[in-house]
Amino acid sequence: MIGAAMILGLAGGAFAQEPPLKWGADAEGGAPYIFLDPQDPSRLIGFEVDLAAALAERIGQPIVHHQYNYDGLISGLNRGDIDLAMNGLEITPDRAKHVRFSRPYYVYTLQLVARADETRFRSVEELIEQRLSVGTLTETAASRFLERSGLEPSLYDGQAEPYQDLALGRLDAVLMDLPIAVSYARPNPRLKFIGEPFEQGFYAIALRTSDEALAKRVDAGLESLLATGDLQRIYEKWGIWNADQTLLTEPNAAAALLAGETDGFSIRNVLWSLVQASVVTIEISVCSMALAMLLGLMVAVARLYGPRPLQWLALLWVEFFRGIPVLLLLYVLYYGWPQVLESLGMSLMFAPSRMGAAILGFGLNYSAYEAEIYRAGIQAVPQGQWEAAASLGMSPQLTFRRVILPQAMRVILPPVTNDFVALFKDTSVASAIAVVELTKQYQILAKSSQRYMEIGLATTILYLVMSVPLGYLARRLEQRWGKPQ
Amino acid sequence: MDGVSKTYGSRSVLDGVSTVIAPGETVALIGPSGGGKSTLLRCITGLARFDAGQITVGSHRIEARGPASQYDGVRRMFGMIFQDFQLFPHFTALENVIEAPVRVRGQPAAEARERGLRLLERVGLAERANYYPRELSGGQKQRVAIARALAMEPRGLLCDEITSALDPELKAEVLDVLTDLKQEGLTLIVVTHEIHFARRAADRILLLADGRIAEEGPPETVLGSPTSDRARKFLRTVMA
Ligand SMILES: Nc1ncnc2c1ncn2[C@@H]1O[C@H](COP(=O)(O)OP(=O)(O)O)[C@@H](O)[C@H]1O
Ligand SMILES: [Mg+2]
Repeated sequence: MIGAAMILGLAGGAFAQEPPLKWGADAEGGAPYIFLDPQDPSRLIGFEVDLAAALAERIGQPIVHHQYNYDGLISGLNRGDIDLAMNGLEITPDRAKHVRFSRPYYVYTLQLVARADETRFRSVEELIEQRLSVGTLTETAASRFLERSGLEPSLYDGQAEPYQDLALGRLDAVLMDLPIAVSYARPNPRLKFIGEPFEQGFYAIALRTSDEALAKRVDAGLESLLATGDLQRIYEKWGIWNADQTLLTEPNAAAALLAGETDGFSIRNVLWSLVQASVVTIEISVCSMALAMLLGLMVAVARLYGPRPLQWLALLWVEFFRGIPVLLLLYVLYYGWPQVLESLGMSLMFAPSRMGAAILGFGLNYSAYEAEIYRAGIQAVPQGQWEAAASLGMSPQLTFRRVILPQAMRVILPPVTNDFVALFKDTSVASAIAVVELTKQYQILAKSSQRYMEIGLATTILYLVMSVPLGYLARRLEQRWGKPQ
Repeated sequence: MDGVSKTYGSRSVLDGVSTVIAPGETVALIGPSGGGKSTLLRCITGLARFDAGQITVGSHRIEARGPASQYDGVRRMFGMIFQDFQLFPHFTALENVIEAPVRVRGQPAAEARERGLRLLERVGLAERANYYPRELSGGQKQRVAIARALAMEPRGLLCDEITSALDPELKAEVLDVLTDLKQEGLTLIVVTHEIHFARRAADRILLLADGRIAEEGPPETVLGSPTSDRARKFLRTVMA
């Protein structure tokens, strides 16, 4: 997780004695906060990079960036991997229980974005009324706002992907923090801002509660940057300065805002969310396994009995889908395919939905494994069975269906069931294309409440409740089919 | 059968085999191991293809290297019984018997079951109809295999060493069934090492060695006074 470090600020003799502070932030796709310079990908840029440099100078201690997943920032901080987290972290009551927040360094607002030709709504209220589909980032003020409004937003991990899906017509709107909208949506002529930004909130630097002395120095440094106008200059450079920032000068604004929000944690809600996510997991597993078994059978038959070119094609299929990571397949199906359709001028109707892409991706991936299992099982049936059936006048097709396949099933069934259990767990990869299945839901819930253990236990039980009966069924079938001859 | 020849690679397995078998005749095919007996049976039903010559079964002509479909008629006329039974292990005895009549000839299931039961009765296995092959003895399995072949109402049976895998006491029950079938007028071509059975039941004996018919005639002639050296040598070893 911790990648190459990079020294920021004015390197020099002034604070050479002080050990550098480890600043955790996720540089992956994080414009305008912190991201790789497109002109020079070895360099990190962003308003938080500039802010870290200015702050280092004020507190007299170097600040070094450590690559850290956004999701893991708070636990990484408390584990001591990093000393401070600055990555567009919003002050929330849940987080405030686990970290010491500095004074706010930016007042964010939420900005609604739609396609340029959108006419159905002109405000977030109209959007909510019509219950249209909205995308946003996982575990953010925007996602909490939408859930409070009774919508079920599509949750993403990256900032670019929601806007991409919006442009492709898979979403009706995207609601995210204004700086993100400024970076990703404003330059895109196919998208437009809807209404004024709303729902003020604060970004602050998170520190360990035990590091009060450091926190005080950071607070003082930020206050000084605000007072001298350096902060404003940085924000203006990145086009994110606005009138809301006057709130930064009001020392109690953050506290007042916090008081308004309540802690939403409830065991019942958590369990219900997990159960709903389990249904998604089951849906993906069952549908993609059915697809994999069907395709696998066709591929195995093509490989065993097809004409030469078809045999080659089947071999190619197996090697291809077995040889690539399923994550890559999901990305290509969900994000790549629509781009190809579009560049060919074809309708996006043929672009798969999130669930569709997940089912297709896992189905294709597992079809390669199933095909090999089928092939071995079919070949294990003695040649004499073919001859006996042929002597009775049975056609090859009839023989395959009535004599060979049922016997092959005995060999096939145990490994296929094992694959099914494996697929069950593999489905967690689908979270990469914003499918909220069980593992993803666990991450979301655990992160927001910081109850990794309790919710983890509940999730474990749900997985076992699903997979143990499956294993039992496998053994039963094995007994039924697998009687010795 | 006229000049039937077959090679596996460079190796000649059948070398111009010619003979005529009359309807209702029982022919015992004997000879040393590797002499081509199995191959000859397999060439008749198309489980193996031959390279030269011609076989005529009733009105069906089979050409060397002909299409697969030319065997359809032969398979309707002749059932085949194998040394290792090759029952369908996932079906009961009765299901083994009715599978082809129902699926290939489209016989109604009820009618097929009734006929299947009668056939099992005929081979002495009526009470084993609902047993799976793994629950049957070798002799019982082979009798089910015969019932299965008879269910397609063939005019004859091709039997390839069908008692070789059985204990002596079980051989008799299978050979008795064959004797009954002979009485009923079926044409039987029986590959066998049971010289006594051949002597007793066969109308004619063919002695196949090195891919050729080394000796041919009624049992007493072939077994009693063979003319060729090859036949004498073989008979010395088996009669000893
Ligand atoms: N599929 C095959 N491929 C190559 N050689 C074979 C094959 N089947 C049989 N043979 C050979 O043909 C010869 C005759 O075999 P077979 O007809 O089984 O003899 P028999 O039944 O009289 O013992 C043997 O030498 C055997 O090795
Ligand atoms: Mg043989």
